Amino acid sequence: MTKRTFHVWRGGGEGGLAQYEVEVNEGEVVLDVLHRLQATQCPDLAVRWNCKAGKCGSCSVEINGRPRLACMARMSTFEPEESITVTPMRTFPVIRDLVCDVSFNYQKAREIPSFTPSPDSEPGDFRMQQEDVQRMQEFRKCIECFLCQDVCHVIRDHEENKEAFAGPRFLMRAAELEMHPEDTADRRKISQEEFGLGYCNITKCCTEVCPEQIHITDNALIPLKERVADRQYDPLVWLGSKIGLRKGADTPVPPNTRKRTSSPEQ
Amino acid sequence: MTSTLPPPERAGLKRPRISARTLRTDRWWTPPLWTVLGLTAFLVYGLVRVLQQDHYWVADYGYLTPFYSPCLSASCAPGSAHLGTLPWEFPWFLPYALFSLPFLLLFRFTCYYYRKAYYRSFWQAPTACAVREPHGRYTGESRFPMIGQNLHRYFFYAAALIAVINTYDAALALFHGREGGFGIGLGNLILIGNVVLLWVYTLSCHSCRHVFGGRLNSFSGRPVRYWMWTQISRMNSRHMLWAWVTLGTLVIADLYVALVASGTITDPRIYN
Amino acid sequence: MSETTRHSYDVVVIGAGGAGLRAAIEARQQGKKTAVISKSLFGKAHTVMAEGGAAAALGNVNSSDQWQVHFRDTIRGGKFMNNPRMAELHAKEAPQRILELEYWGALFDRTPDGRISQRNFGGHEYPRLAHVGDRTGLEMIRTLQQRVVQLQQADAAEFGDPEAMLRVFPETTVTELLLDGEPGAEGSRVSGAFAYIRETGDFLVFEAPAVILATGGIGRSFKVTSNSWEYTGDGHALALRAGATLLNMEFVQFHPTGMVWPPSVKGILVTESVRGDGGVLRNSEGRRFMFDYVPDVFRDQYAETEEEADGWYADPANHRRPPELLPRDEVARAINNEVKQGRGSPHGGVFLDVSTRLPAEEIMRRLPSMYHQFKELADVDITAGPMEVGPTCHYVMGGVEVDADTGASVVPGLFAAGEVAGGMHGSNRLGGNSLSDLLVFGRRSGLGAASYLDGLGEDRPGIDDAAVERLRAEAAAPFERETGENPYQLQQEIQQTMNDLVGIIRRGSEIEQALESLDKLRERVAGVRAEGDTIYNPGWHLTLDLRNMLLVSEAVARAALMREESRGGHTRDDFPAMSAEWRRVNLVASLREGGIRLRRRPLDPLRPDLMELFDREELGKYLTEEEMPPAPRSGGSETAKEDK
Ligand SMILES: Cc1cc2nc3c(=O)[nH]c(=O)nc-3n(C[C@H](O)[C@H](O)[C@H](O)COP(=O)(O)OP(=O)(O)OC[C@H]3O[C@@H](n4cnc5c(N)ncnc54)[C@H](O)[C@@H]3O)c2cc1C
Ligand code: SF4
Ligand code: SF4
Ligand code: FES
Ligand code: FES
Repeated sequence: MTKRTFHVWRGGGEGGLAQYEVEVNEGEVVLDVLHRLQATQCPDLAVRWNCKAGKCGSCSVEINGRPRLACMARMSTFEPEESITVTPMRTFPVIRDLVCDVSFNYQKAREIPSFTPSPDSEPGDFRMQQEDVQRMQEFRKCIECFLCQDVCHVIRDHEENKEAFAGPRFLMRAAELEMHPEDTADRRKISQEEFGLGYCNITKCCTEVCPEQIHITDNALIPLKERVADRQYDPLVWLGSKIGLRKGADTPVPPNTRKRTSSPEQ
Repeated sequence: MTSTLPPPERAGLKRPRISARTLRTDRWWTPPLWTVLGLTAFLVYGLVRVLQQDHYWVADYGYLTPFYSPCLSASCAPGSAHLGTLPWEFPWFLPYALFSLPFLLLFRFTCYYYRKAYYRSFWQAPTACAVREPHGRYTGESRFPMIGQNLHRYFFYAAALIAVINTYDAALALFHGREGGFGIGLGNLILIGNVVLLWVYTLSCHSCRHVFGGRLNSFSGRPVRYWMWTQISRMNSRHMLWAWVTLGTLVIADLYVALVASGTITDPRIYN
Repeated sequence: MSETTRHSYDVVVIGAGGAGLRAAIEARQQGKKTAVISKSLFGKAHTVMAEGGAAAALGNVNSSDQWQVHFRDTIRGGKFMNNPRMAELHAKEAPQRILELEYWGALFDRTPDGRISQRNFGGHEYPRLAHVGDRTGLEMIRTLQQRVVQLQQADAAEFGDPEAMLRVFPETTVTELLLDGEPGAEGSRVSGAFAYIRETGDFLVFEAPAVILATGGIGRSFKVTSNSWEYTGDGHALALRAGATLLNMEFVQFHPTGMVWPPSVKGILVTESVRGDGGVLRNSEGRRFMFDYVPDVFRDQYAETEEEADGWYADPANHRRPPELLPRDEVARAINNEVKQGRGSPHGGVFLDVSTRLPAEEIMRRLPSMYHQFKELADVDITAGPMEVGPTCHYVMGGVEVDADTGASVVPGLFAAGEVAGGMHGSNRLGGNSLSDLLVFGRRSGLGAASYLDGLGEDRPGIDDAAVERLRAEAAAPFERETGENPYQLQQEIQQTMNDLVGIIRRGSEIEQALESLDKLRERVAGVRAEGDTIYNPGWHLTLDLRNMLLVSEAVARAALMREESRGGHTRDDFPAMSAEWRRVNLVASLREGGIRLRRRPLDPLRPDLMELFDREELGKYLTEEEMPPAPRSGGSETAKEDK
């Protein structure tokens, strides 16, 4: 058992770092230490968590400046004398302490046209091989921790882009649906024009922070960019659509979904 | 945009006001620094060599540096222009490989990996993850001219064609033995090694991965394309590695040819 | 002071796990205006943690599988204490529910002919669990979440507002149900729910004639548990206080394999697939002790030698199962005993080893998240050495007493589904049966609520403003106290008490002691104090959860004290045998004058056609003489069938 120095963000957006000396035992993770702070020094310290095993994506914070899951950040990975700074995700407004308002993400999720099987099919009709679903299964490992959304400089450093950019998590969702063998919608045009795929400059920070080790950029965003290029920047397709040869239609953003998400009543 | 509604977060809440550019405590600035140094070194070397218009061809063994292939100026050394030349002699500022170099440059410029590398290091958008970038506004690749990055696949097609020519060069050099006919020297190994790695880099391209299988929604019933996609995907996961390795092999191949052509060293022969 | 806002809905679903979301989807599809309330963010409910899979007799891997076989396995697993109608509906409807999920976008692992693949699991005769690697729960909740979004998109197009008909209230906690009438009184019925928003501390009143409880379990009342902070037994307590009844709360499942070290992760689950894929249990002497613990009822289904057991993995048709795959209760008790006898591992567990059983690559492929979990959290490489594991509180079989077909509780307008509902799993739940339970009964409770509403017509219950005022004051009270204890300390004491005295092995005198301690704790909990303000204040939230934990703990302890036998998730040291007489007894808990009262109610008998799925010899181990079906005449079972 040793004492460590923690700097933890307290308060809302205008808050600041508070310093604590706190016990740390062998085998603990940062979340355990935050819980000890709650139990012994500041019972009202706000932090989200559920599973404590990296499965639910609730405990996203920034530890020494890096977006991480608090429940998977082992204390033994820090230098013995290193002090540890825990701050809320920078991209989202702070409710209090380490808890952010992540409703941005739920809003974006709602703008993406849902899975659209052929109207002639019914439950039980699908026959898909493992190789057909494997690519999408990687994306479905996503635990919606929103660390990728947090780290992406497009919105982290430019809040004004939030409206135009859905973020890696939801561009990946669009890619997933585009790859689904039984899906009939076409989200390529809106991926570029409404969800802001073009804002992504493939600098891969989303991939770097993803706790599920999903290759977001290589396997979702770049393939989606290529699909968009098929649709938008291919001279033959362009010609085809001019003379009315292209079949299928672009799926629009579902009507009336672009509005403020519900927020707790004031 | 279709909508001008305010962002969805609850009114009154603010993002954490942290003035530090980043709270990262590691040496996050080293990788972009290395990238700047590496890319600059290559560009400077390449520029010097291309403008040199000399020491690109070893007539004895048929070694042609990739920087001059295909050689198109009427002043190309005899035997070095495998595809024939244009009727003019190029002025000092035009590279002899006039048609291939611009495409190769654009291929690498629009390559998804190099984009990441120079956006991070030269453009600093962002310098490193969770480090605030210095720009006031950001639109990424959504507007002209950066939207042109979407043309990468066409440069891939061109690059594949040029890789065929490089392969032809390297193969031809095998039939320049000292006694005539087949022969192998260290130079051949270097040229072949370079060409093989160039292929690996070119085929591991994301556009290539898309064209050969990525664009399909269903792999079942298309075993050949699935196999190709799987193989390309495997190479693709190391695309960054191949991008740097081929910069290295290009320099090695060119430098070797230059040294032999200028008579600084002689080419050790292994057979004939 | 915090605000109070009113909302009016047709159906309010409390809980956004598998059961809650499936119920809400159904209610919405029936045209009812529906709200879903959840303590955590949308998509983070406990269901995300489920790993192994969802059991459904699809017959994709072994075509002999049918609902009857699934039914039989479920009843066997529950030691014949299941509500037979629920087990029947579950076995029959699970396949449709799984296919429906696929149609909403779930991507299960596939068989070579392109169907949903299924895997083996403890207690299931055939490979039956539809799965996605070891993250099936995540797939399920994400799919349901995305289905909710899909319905909202349709509503946006139709009504101009995505939340017109179906709205999610994340991070909102219900503290009490609202009633039209007095709890327990004749004619009293549900009229809504009272909640606070965790983010702001503001209060919400939901006016709704139908409320569906889908709040999950109670595991947080135990110290060593695989359950998260959410599992404070809120739904169970809400139901009790609204006058509803709880069934067989003594049945608590202890999963045999939880992590035991480091202390901070003690209790986190080690999936059963580790044993399903060849992992074996050893004590400190290196012995595979499970061979010593095969109970008589299972004697002929389990191997007696290591050779025979090892043969099963490759050739299950000609070998009996390894005893490591006995039902969870048996394995948990065995581990407990080994540790007690001093043959445990250094940190008080036993060794679970796959490293000597499978090549490293194979382990990485089949158990990726277990590898990850041990590597990250315990610094143990499971491909190189054994894990240390011990029992952990995992699931509660007991729950709100409901009607099998509609999920209706005894209080009109109150429904329950999922882990919070009782009866389906009898005294012990089979792995994989929960996820399918959520879907089957989630949907049924949604349908049940919809038809209850249709029956109501214009006769909607009203909200009692005085009650709302009282609830507001109650919720805010912890802030007003000048003195009072720290809620975290009290929570720890409840957990320690339950763990030590009403844990995996129980004894009458210890349970009495526990009841005494709980009694004392009740007074202290009544005076607990919250510090700080109302904005996202976990300390305050815990003060409000504590009384639920206490009430539910008392229900568990009282029932455990009364049931004088050992069965499934209830083991009495002083009554070690299973009793056929006790099998016929359901213990029904209700709240009277602030305390738990228990009533005995006979268990529904098995229908004769379902009874026929078992042979007489097996039935004889569970049933009393008078319950046994008439003995077949000399002609054997053929004639017995024709007799009816
Ligand atoms: C680690 C682990 C692994 C498991 N693996 C499997 C498996 O492989 N197969 C299987 O079949 N089962 C498995 N289970 C069991 C299964 O996951 C659960 O029993 C099941 O998910 C319970 O679902 P539910 O819908 O009833 O509740 P949950 O998913 O737990 O949801 C409860 C919901 O109620 C909400 N809630 C609770 N109280 C309140 C309140 N007061 N106000 C408002 N909202 C409230 C919560 O916020 C939450 O949204 C596993 C369980 C665990 C812990
Ligand atoms: S790769 Fe694209 S989406 Fe991912 S962090 Fe970088 S800019 Fe954002
Ligand atoms: S993609 Fe990865 S980082 Fe992004 S939300 Fe999902 S799990 Fe988190
Ligand atoms: S608590 Fe679930 S991911 Fe950290
Ligand atoms: S060459 Fe790098 S992605 Fe195409």
